[in-house]
Amino acid sequence: MGLFIAQILTGLANAGALFMVASGLSLIFGVTRVVNFAHGSFYMLGAYVGYSLMQALPGVAGFWGAILLAGLIVGVIGVIVEICVLRPVYRAPELFQLVATFGVILVIQDLTLMIWGPQDLLGPRAPGLKGIIRIMGEPVPQYDIALIAITPFVAIGLWYLITRTRVGTLVRAATQDREMVGALGVNQSWLFTGVFFLGCALAGLGGALQLPKGGADLLMDFSILGAVFVVVVIGGMGSLPGAYLAAVIISILNVFGVTYAPQSTLVLMFVVMVVVLMIRPFGLLGKEEVAGEHGQTGEPERPIKPAGPRIRLLVTTLLVILALLPLYSGNFAVVLVTDIMIFCLFAASLHFMLGQGGLVSFGHAAFFGGGAYAAALLVTYASTPMELALVLAPVSAGLAAIVIGWVCLRSTGVYFAMLTLAFGQLLWSLAFQWGDVTGGDDGLVNIWPSAWASDNTVYYYLAFTLCVGGILLLRQAAHAPFGYALRAARDSTRQAEATGINTKRVQWVAFTFAGTMAGLAGGLFVFSKGSIFPNELETARSFDALIVVFLGGVKTLSGGWVGGAFFEGAKDYLTRFEYWRLTLGLLIIFVVILGPEGIVGSLRKAGERIGLLKTPEDAT
Amino acid sequence: MLELKGVNSFYGKAHVLNDLNFSVDRGRVVALLGRNGAGKTTTMKSIMQLVRPRTGTVTYQGQDITGWSSHRVARNGLGYVPEERRIFTQLTVAENLEVGRQPPREGCTTWTEDMVFDLFPNLAERRQNYGKALSGGEQQMLTIARTLMGNPAFILLDEPSEGIAPVIVEQMARAILQLKQDGLTVLLSEQNLHFAQAVADGVVIIEHGTQQFVGSLADLQAHPDIRDQHLSI
Repeated sequence: MGLFIAQILTGLANAGALFMVASGLSLIFGVTRVVNFAHGSFYMLGAYVGYSLMQALPGVAGFWGAILLAGLIVGVIGVIVEICVLRPVYRAPELFQLVATFGVILVIQDLTLMIWGPQDLLGPRAPGLKGIIRIMGEPVPQYDIALIAITPFVAIGLWYLITRTRVGTLVRAATQDREMVGALGVNQSWLFTGVFFLGCALAGLGGALQLPKGGADLLMDFSILGAVFVVVVIGGMGSLPGAYLAAVIISILNVFGVTYAPQSTLVLMFVVMVVVLMIRPFGLLGKEEVAGEHGQTGEPERPIKPAGPRIRLLVTTLLVILALLPLYSGNFAVVLVTDIMIFCLFAASLHFMLGQGGLVSFGHAAFFGGGAYAAALLVTYASTPMELALVLAPVSAGLAAIVIGWVCLRSTGVYFAMLTLAFGQLLWSLAFQWGDVTGGDDGLVNIWPSAWASDNTVYYYLAFTLCVGGILLLRQAAHAPFGYALRAARDSTRQAEATGINTKRVQWVAFTFAGTMAGLAGGLFVFSKGSIFPNELETARSFDALIVVFLGGVKTLSGGWVGGAFFEGAKDYLTRFEYWRLTLGLLIIFVVILGPEGIVGSLRKAGERIGLLKTPEDAT
Repeated sequence: MLELKGVNSFYGKAHVLNDLNFSVDRGRVVALLGRNGAGKTTTMKSIMQLVRPRTGTVTYQGQDITGWSSHRVARNGLGYVPEERRIFTQLTVAENLEVGRQPPREGCTTWTEDMVFDLFPNLAERRQNYGKALSGGEQQMLTIARTLMGNPAFILLDEPSEGIAPVIVEQMARAILQLKQDGLTVLLSEQNLHFAQAVADGVVIIEHGTQQFVGSLADLQAHPDIRDQHLSI
């Protein structure tokens, strides 16, 4: 009984930081519609800044002062990011901003590494609260009790600010219809900046507060991000009490998970999330999403047309160059381009469901890694030949997509995205923690192509054929009646339904098709590398694909593979340098600000301006 | 007080407003008449800079406001009441009014919550209700009340009589006349000619984004042919 209570108390204490970071994320999303991937980074900064301040400021006042100051400093850093990086891209297509925040993650990661070094920092203990108290014989750190006491004050303060003050009223109004708030004379820019300050300050505060418990390390940005997303979604987007409730549930669950089911810790919270969303599609205390009704910005979508003669010539030239590559370049280039092509197919598959279907997935790596693991498992346990494995990889990924799609498509928007993230995590933890079958962290090795394809050049041509074929197939689907139905479902679900389109089924098919193609990419990947590790299933991998799609241009047909080639190429080149994340992050931010329509979209605009390409009305 | 000169607006590539030229004098109520899709709402949005005119200028109180951000336009005393109402459904009536509140403006009435409740008594008893619980007519009243809280000198009313019960339409007309008496200048868009006749002094008729007629209400009544040609319902 004592242990039970002690564990609940630990869970409650852990919930504090989680709640602060989650409520910050939720606030920022509500008002600005920016999914701030960098929110974990602000949490990490809070911990590092807090650490340094605690070194400098002595005593009890110094400790608590350092925490508050860390929150403020991180808030100011958030403001700088908002003004410099996000303001230029607010008018870009919805969700494009998350690419910019992804760039911010990379920049903050390297800057933190530069300033504080690679070693983990042990958090100082709170002066005056270093001891433990015994509750029914079980030791509970005094600092935990302090955290349990502090969190409700922060929560109530926040709740008061949002529901009882003018600023809070404006924030809630802007969450619903920010253009109207502007038309009533409220300066949206400052409202956005203010909300960003508050959200980031909360993240920083959370980071600094958990220092005595967890310290500071360079992995904490991504490690909290998953949990934060889960909390926001379980609680219900935009609901503060919901965020608190969910933070408590998740934290307590984690504490018990560690004790009673250590094998399942990584997956537990995602299972809970899936269950909650199956029962309540908008979270425990969330309301149905109404935003976006008046939040649409930017130009209307262009109709999709077959490529013109100039573009066809360009693509043909590119294909010829690629086809002849092994004749004029070395082994290194052949292997590198094989990788790039595989990644392009993966990106194009996500681009298909995202661009054509409007289905934003945060977990597409599930199908890439899933296909790869399927092939690897078949080879390892059934000695399946490569040819068959390459057929079964996309088939298994497609089957997985049928099941996962069925669950995820019950929700829409951000909730859909979060469910895909959950399933991505689920598969990842399966691969990671089910060591007996999947090899766990050691992965599966010795997955080589059949003898005839074992030469790099031959394998290159195999990958070339399948990747180009896959990408063309995806493109073909966009031009087919199916593509029309899919876009109709994306642009106006109700209208499409009224026209007789079964939108859910169309989206389900698209989801499955995209999953299948990602599985093919995964199958090709595993035979090209000869091995597979859980990190191919990681959320980071899903994010890579997502970033690439936006970077290439969502509203174009070729954005997926163009972005893929750019990203994979840039990464391959940049990783040779020490601070490659910083460079890549800045490069991404740069591209995002210069070309808010993505690489292809911006090139197309430029082409139209100088008269190389036809504009839509020239054609009509 | 407000003047449009050669205003052309586009949605993407679609040319919606074609060379609008008209002005609204201080203290007047001008009705912008036209059929569905004639460009009335776009005219309103172009004045508010929610749609930026590609060419031409919008001048308000002698200042060229073209290209300003809408919040700056609003802060200069131009109040906007959108057609779709766009009240904040998840906020209470009182909170909706709070969002609209702006500091007092010289030469304009400084509105308080009590004053807007005097104008629209139905809202008073709904003070703590959420926007989503209001009827269509109450929502329309709230939109106007919310804009009044910004103490405007000039108000843009986009189809105030659309989709509400006749009784409420009458109430709305009385309110507009009351506002006119208080010295507010009004540009309202309408399809309902009777409503316009009850409140307006001046008339602008547009069709396919092109203005067809500018004049006083008396002028229009003297030319039934124009009325029948562009407004026949």
